[in-house]
Amino acid sequence: MGLVAETDPSPAAIEAKGLSFSYGGTPAVVDVSLRVEPGEFCALVGPNGSGKSTLVRLLLGLLQPDAGFVRCLGGEPRALAERWRIGYVPQRHSLAPALPATVEEVVSTGRIARRGWWRPPSRDDRRAVAHVLEAVGLAGLARRPVGALSGGEQQRVLIAKALVSEPALLVLDEPVAGVDASAQRAFRDSVVHEVREHGAAVLLVTHELGAVAADLDHVLVMKQSIVFDGGPTELSARGVSLGVHADDLPLWLESLT
Amino acid sequence: MSVIAEVPFFWPFDTGSMQLALAAAVVIAACAPLIGVFIVQRRQSLMGDGVGHVAFAGVAAGFLLDVWPVWTALVFAIGAAVVIEILRSRGRATGDLALALVFYGGLAAGSIMVGKAGVSGERVENYLFGSILELDTNDLLTIIGLGIAILVVLGVIGRALFAITLDEEASRVSGLPVAACNGALSVLTAVTIVAAMRVLGILLVAAMMVLPVASSRLLARSFRNTVLFAVGIGVVAAIAGLAAARAWDLEAGGSIVLCASILYGVVALVRGDQQTARTDG
Repeated sequence: MGLVAETDPSPAAIEAKGLSFSYGGTPAVVDVSLRVEPGEFCALVGPNGSGKSTLVRLLLGLLQPDAGFVRCLGGEPRALAERWRIGYVPQRHSLAPALPATVEEVVSTGRIARRGWWRPPSRDDRRAVAHVLEAVGLAGLARRPVGALSGGEQQRVLIAKALVSEPALLVLDEPVAGVDASAQRAFRDSVVHEVREHGAAVLLVTHELGAVAADLDHVLVMKQSIVFDGGPTELSARGVSLGVHADDLPLWLESLT
Repeated sequence: MSVIAEVPFFWPFDTGSMQLALAAAVVIAACAPLIGVFIVQRRQSLMGDGVGHVAFAGVAAGFLLDVWPVWTALVFAIGAAVVIEILRSRGRATGDLALALVFYGGLAAGSIMVGKAGVSGERVENYLFGSILELDTNDLLTIIGLGIAILVVLGVIGRALFAITLDEEASRVSGLPVAACNGALSVLTAVTIVAAMRVLGILLVAAMMVLPVASSRLLARSFRNTVLFAVGIGVVAAIAGLAAARAWDLEAGGSIVLCASILYGVVALVRGDQQTARTDG
């Protein structure tokens, strides 16, 4: 960690240098360096087993790297004073079907770390929850049990939960996997709203760039290490379609390596 | 001697011992589901059972060492709850396997120590099945103190625990004290079991953590109502169970838990009918 300068005048949303990680001798992430700027909408793509989720867990401090270092919002992710400034939606398909909780209750939990976990919710917290539910198009479902929602709606609940603390960095691990096209559009609108309204940086791990291709600032393509790091126009200039689907991805990667 | 022995009250709670039993059972039945809503949602419904079996080993150790068994049970139960949490959180064993390991080990150790201590079957049974009608005022005050402690601790960590129960990894990223809250829940579970074992018995106390919650999950549409309904159902089961025990000369602990089971059956039937009617309509 001594590699990092003590003060950084304009800290990146995420900065990683020389990150490597193995699971019992099998390398999952090899010498990855990357930088995501504040307010940037960045996609991390790659085929199944390419190490994307492991990289995300390293970037968030949930795993310790074998080598290299990570900084989020200017500090080590586990040592940040205001860790609630990082919003995270882990990879999953849905909430537990029998979960006895309303949309409003689930989204409210996203404010707990910000206000102090021992404190009851304030008027500001309630206002923020109402605002974010409006923004993701779930205001009419606030009192509905989450278990009664569709997969796409549940994903939006989880995204709203991550957005409600008004994070400076939002990390979404395959949030649109398995949801239909209209849910993907609603997801895109929610994320773009967040980027525009609050200037949050977004790191989106995805198989499918189609839904957000027009809004991206930055694309990272990964296969254990980073094989492409640049803007979407640069990627298109190399003859790669951004409307790529999961099944085509390995072929698509061939053109980059 | 009971401090509330002189209070005039209606049958079946017209005697001092029944009034003590009622107060203790209501406190336990209201508090156990408060812990239960979290452990059921984490799919650790048998946590109370696992810890209870180790508490039995603690009771046996108390007999063997000639120490008040409640203290040794407390030490053993907290130790077991912490071990289960460590096994679960480090992924060394799945939740149910971690429970099974502790469960069987506790039972085996308990049976060996009871044999060595040479205590009577009746003394052991008092801990296994409870002895609610033999409580004294000190027992009641201990139980009330525990109830207050549970309310205070959950009042402070309850919201964070709910967030952790929903999504442990996202909670960790956002900076919530995940390990401390999980540890506190484990210790609260252990303390509740030990405090309640004189009321309901080691073998039955875990049921009051789970059964009222199972019923309320069928009724409630929000987490807040799940908690409120579970407490209400627990209290109804405690009162009805004690009344039935007095009326038909039943074991009180078993009678309370049986009432909670019957309430679950009724709720499941009614909810099932409503859902069928809705589907048909």
